[in-house]
Amino acid sequence: MIQVNNLSKTYNGTTVLKIDSLEIKKGESFGLVGNNGAGKTTFFSLLLDLIQPSTGNIVNHGVQVNTSESWKPFTASFLDESFLIGYLTPEEYFYFIGDLRGQNKADVDALLATHEEFFNGEILKNKKYLRDLSKGNQKKVGIIATLIGNPEVIILDEPFANLDPTTQFRLKKIIKDLADNPEITVLVSSHDLQHTVEVSDRIVAMHKGEVVKDIQTSPETLKELELFFAV
Amino acid sequence: MIQKFLYLEWKAFIRSASFATNLALKILMGFVAVYFILIFLAVGIGVFYILKKENMDPVATVNKFMIYYVLMDLIIRLLLQKIPVLNIRPMLVFPIKKSTIVHFSLGKTILSFFNLVHGFFLIPFSVVLIIEGYDALSVVLWFTAVYSLLYINNFINIILSNKDNLFGIFLAIVAILGGLHYYDYFNITDYTAPFFDAIFNTYWAFAIPVMALVGLYVATFQYFKNNLYLDAGLSSKHDIAKTEDLTWLNQFGTIGTFLKNDIKLIKRNKRSKTTVGLSVMFLFYGLLFFTNSIEAYNNPVMHIFAGIFVSGGFLITFGQFVPSWDSAYYQLMMTQNIPYKGYLSSKWWLMVIATLVTTTIASFYLYFGVQVYLTIVVGAIYNIGINSHLVLLGGAYTKTPIDLSSGKGAFGDKKAFNVKTMLISIPQLGLPVLLYWLGSKYGNPTIGLSLVAAVGVIGFAFKDKAFSLIEKIYKAEKYATIAAYKQKG
Repeated sequence: MIQVNNLSKTYNGTTVLKIDSLEIKKGESFGLVGNNGAGKTTFFSLLLDLIQPSTGNIVNHGVQVNTSESWKPFTASFLDESFLIGYLTPEEYFYFIGDLRGQNKADVDALLATHEEFFNGEILKNKKYLRDLSKGNQKKVGIIATLIGNPEVIILDEPFANLDPTTQFRLKKIIKDLADNPEITVLVSSHDLQHTVEVSDRIVAMHKGEVVKDIQTSPETLKELELFFAV
Repeated sequence: MIQKFLYLEWKAFIRSASFATNLALKILMGFVAVYFILIFLAVGIGVFYILKKENMDPVATVNKFMIYYVLMDLIIRLLLQKIPVLNIRPMLVFPIKKSTIVHFSLGKTILSFFNLVHGFFLIPFSVVLIIEGYDALSVVLWFTAVYSLLYINNFINIILSNKDNLFGIFLAIVAILGGLHYYDYFNITDYTAPFFDAIFNTYWAFAIPVMALVGLYVATFQYFKNNLYLDAGLSSKHDIAKTEDLTWLNQFGTIGTFLKNDIKLIKRNKRSKTTVGLSVMFLFYGLLFFTNSIEAYNNPVMHIFAGIFVSGGFLITFGQFVPSWDSAYYQLMMTQNIPYKGYLSSKWWLMVIATLVTTTIASFYLYFGVQVYLTIVVGAIYNIGINSHLVLLGGAYTKTPIDLSSGKGAFGDKKAFNVKTMLISIPQLGLPVLLYWLGSKYGNPTIGLSLVAAVGVIGFAFKDKAFSLIEKIYKAEKYATIAAYKQKG
């Protein structure tokens, strides 16, 4: 369970994020939508203790993230390509993450084998370093790397951007499978309302740093969101 | 059109990251620049009179060694002069003629520092020649021809850019030629001096390099114009990647995981490779001290200074940029289940191993006597015991993101300059020199060496304490470091 308490982030007097209270239940599939500058990435960065909150805090499974580091073993994330190590091959990167998460080579290989279809033959054994892969293929590597070591919380920022249509379908299936597992909480942010509606049981819309909508997904959700964002 | 380009160039110049440093540093850089300009001017003016005084014909002597001057220029260009082709990319889709783009890009290199700097030597030298009564026309033609040769280097470098090993090959050629010359086996200048003399003594020979330059410009122009495509001349080179397991490092646990990464980091990135090359140069830096070739260096206190440098080249050049080496993916590191201690330990081990290897290689200094090598070994002990901790400590305050793909900046990053790092680096060199000086003043050099070594051993004994302290500082600096690394370039 993730609990947000009186959280705010201010830069030079401008408040970019302000969430008084938000609770994300264990096993929930949580979708975050909003325009540029709505505060999606800021929220994820706070959740990962990459920036300091101005006020308040986030508690991830009983661990307050800006005071203890024990949330790290069960939390996996991919925000952008700065989560990739450019001079490694994809295999080396997966094994490196595996090492850090206590998975041996065989464990990692087994996981990679189940996602062979997602890689579409463009990732493994391709004699390329991560820095030389296309944006889409880099994203594939980053997303699958978050699945290593059975994390309980998975955070993906804009996972659908830059992916080709087929891969978007496959990614949706991966996220849905994760969402079906009651042990795993998935947090996904996106600009794409339809994708988010398809993979999330709960959708929060943000605007200028504040939560403006919080809805359980239903057949009408997409309409409601479209109406809200069509200005 | 050219005006627009110039406008962009000006913006690129004044907004470049290296220009946006603080005022004090700008003034300092200004002084350094003026200093070098004055030195070049002094050489340009002085060389004539010095040679005259030594009873040598100034023109003939300069002509004789001109071949080395030209070759060294080419080598320095291959190593340092970058060709800014990539800036062209955004221009391709605009309504600008391709030939304009190419002319401008090539023309821009004409004003490069690497070309202009020669003027500070050649112009005063030529002026002195005219004042001293040499035929003005001959001097001007000679000047034109020599400058043409230097510009030929400029364009050779452009055509040969993106080929990595050429620098080494050319350096080897010059070293061999120089060696053969020095030991009187074969003298290249016997064959080239007549050519340079002809440039000076005849009115037609100057046309050879000038024509060659024009021809080369046309060839370069055609080459680039025909290759002005994203997948041809403007493509960036992709290395063929090979997955390496380095399984033998697994036995070291977490530290092994990071060591594996660090080894790949060093092997696969231009910047880190340059750094390793630089640390090899430090290995030979001691020769200046121990061969007694420079008088100011010829005292025992300076020798311990050399001892630190010889054994600690890698430690100094690599260590001062921990954790900036991982700046590109620092966010990843901070969200993974990483004990800071393991991360720092791996960097520490890397520096220790490198110091041990360097010290072993440095055993060739035994040629200068046991005392000299002992000084280096003591330097190594101090490096491992004290300096390894100090560079890690300094690193916590060094918030300069590193662009691994660029070799530039390995010679000292201006932005990495800050007061805290400066203060931390004082004991790196100052303390051993002071200890040695005290020891040898009130006892003998051996006591001095023992003092330095003893402090090194004490530092080693307090390794765990030092690490906890450094870890704390790294944690405190975490957010500032992440924010700084996000600002690229």
